[in-house]
Amino acid sequence: MARKLNLRIWRGDSTTGALQDVQVDVNEGEVVLDVIHRVQATQMGDLAVRWNCKAGKCGSCSMEINGKPRLACMTQVASYDEDETITVTPLRAFPVIKDLVTDVSFNYKKAMEIPAYSHPADLAPGDARMEQIDVERSQEFRKCIECFLCQDTCHVIRDHEENKKSFAGPRFFIRIAELDMHPLDTLKNRKRTAQEEHGLGMCNITKCCTEVCPEHIRITDNAIIPMKERVVDIKYDPARWLGSKIRKRDGIV
Amino acid sequence: MSGVFSPTRAKIKERTLRTDKWWLQPAITFGVLFSFVIYATFRAFENKYYFSEPLISPFYSPCLSTSCEPGSALSFFGQPFNNKYFGIGISPALFILIFPLGFRMTCYYYRKAYYRAFWLSPPACAVAEPHTKYTGETRAPLILQNSHRWFFYAGLIFNVILTWDAILAFRNPDKEWGHMSVGTLVFLFSTTMLWFYSLSCHTCRHTLGGRLKHFSKHPVRYKAWTIVSVLNHKHPTFAWISLFGVAGADIYVRAVASGAITNFYFF
Repeated sequence: MARKLNLRIWRGDSTTGALQDVQVDVNEGEVVLDVIHRVQATQMGDLAVRWNCKAGKCGSCSMEINGKPRLACMTQVASYDEDETITVTPLRAFPVIKDLVTDVSFNYKKAMEIPAYSHPADLAPGDARMEQIDVERSQEFRKCIECFLCQDTCHVIRDHEENKKSFAGPRFFIRIAELDMHPLDTLKNRKRTAQEEHGLGMCNITKCCTEVCPEHIRITDNAIIPMKERVVDIKYDPARWLGSKIRKRDGIV
Repeated sequence: MSGVFSPTRAKIKERTLRTDKWWLQPAITFGVLFSFVIYATFRAFENKYYFSEPLISPFYSPCLSTSCEPGSALSFFGQPFNNKYFGIGISPALFILIFPLGFRMTCYYYRKAYYRAFWLSPPACAVAEPHTKYTGETRAPLILQNSHRWFFYAGLIFNVILTWDAILAFRNPDKEWGHMSVGTLVFLFSTTMLWFYSLSCHTCRHTLGGRLKHFSKHPVRYKAWTIVSVLNHKHPTFAWISLFGVAGADIYVRAVASGAITNFYFF
């Protein structure tokens, strides 16, 4: 049965903008993206919103709903009180383009800065084999849908624009972790570059990335903290450094 | 203007549009941790009521000073420290507390808790922090957070000592074995929680198997890693319970040593 919902939508561009109140019909079982589409169809024909799959798998409809970074297609209207006004804004860590659409190209630039998987030179591509337990470890990180909610909520760049040049962000720390934990990856300096070039040390592990991840990837516990510990192995642990020199290997096999 | 108020971002004047009680958790964390710090500081400097045969406060164990109350020092360690340096009396607790304190201060969970609650960096997710500059853990003093593993190793030694204290609690005040009191239960609980806290630690997880690239080549370490990973899910819970456990053990010892209560013996 339809009811009226009070919705507050941010409308504007990079120069100006404001929250606008609308009242819209909502049906049982609908998500916030459904309601936004109804507003677009009936009241604001030029409302800009990015979306695609409506199934929580493309990561396009990232926005902030009542101040929390969320996927609009996975946010049930019923999860809010009936008399509550739902406020919808664009992601607040990235430059706004129009209405609910932001420019997330920062993330694509950062993605290009992460060195790709490096295959062993003496192993033909078709001959690579991995045990299931080694596959499972990185499988969690492969669930990432690149919605960039973790990047949006990370205070290192959300609250400090100047850090964007030196901080890759949680999405790319899981990429680095995935590759550094890969049994066949031969690139040796991922740990050092994670710390010195991609800003791993700037993370103060307040876990907001994990809290907002729609794929429930344990970004902090399974990627960032393990990478921080690996960095300690090579940079801040003299005993391990000495051991690696004596045994002539990087200590991680 | 920086952060969410940067020129290119959506023009929204509020620091956050969250409507839930996002301030509640950091407020509780602040209240509890601050209370513990005040209490622990008071007890560390109080320098009395920390021993009542066979119970010794975890804040004072191992007691390493010449001023330790008779019977409170373990013969294995002796009493290598004087009770005064430069004419200033020093409580025995001050020689040892740096290790458990350092372990908790550099703990990955507590870091999250106090960065949010005390430093507001950030106070909660998607709530703008008040600082104009941020360098994280890249420079002094916060780069010292990378010393966590050393405090973890020290913490394991302390766990062994406190476990021994719990075993000694199976004696009566006449040092006869085979007895059990409320104090024994308090110590067993406190020590058990400390072990769970230490073994669920992220550094422990890394040391046992996390640093490996090939799990399949190290099945024993992989198994250990999987077990610690299960515990690791509960690390915050163990962090809080063990904190209350240690404080509870100290409060109990203080109450017994000061004569406020009697340590009731079951047998």
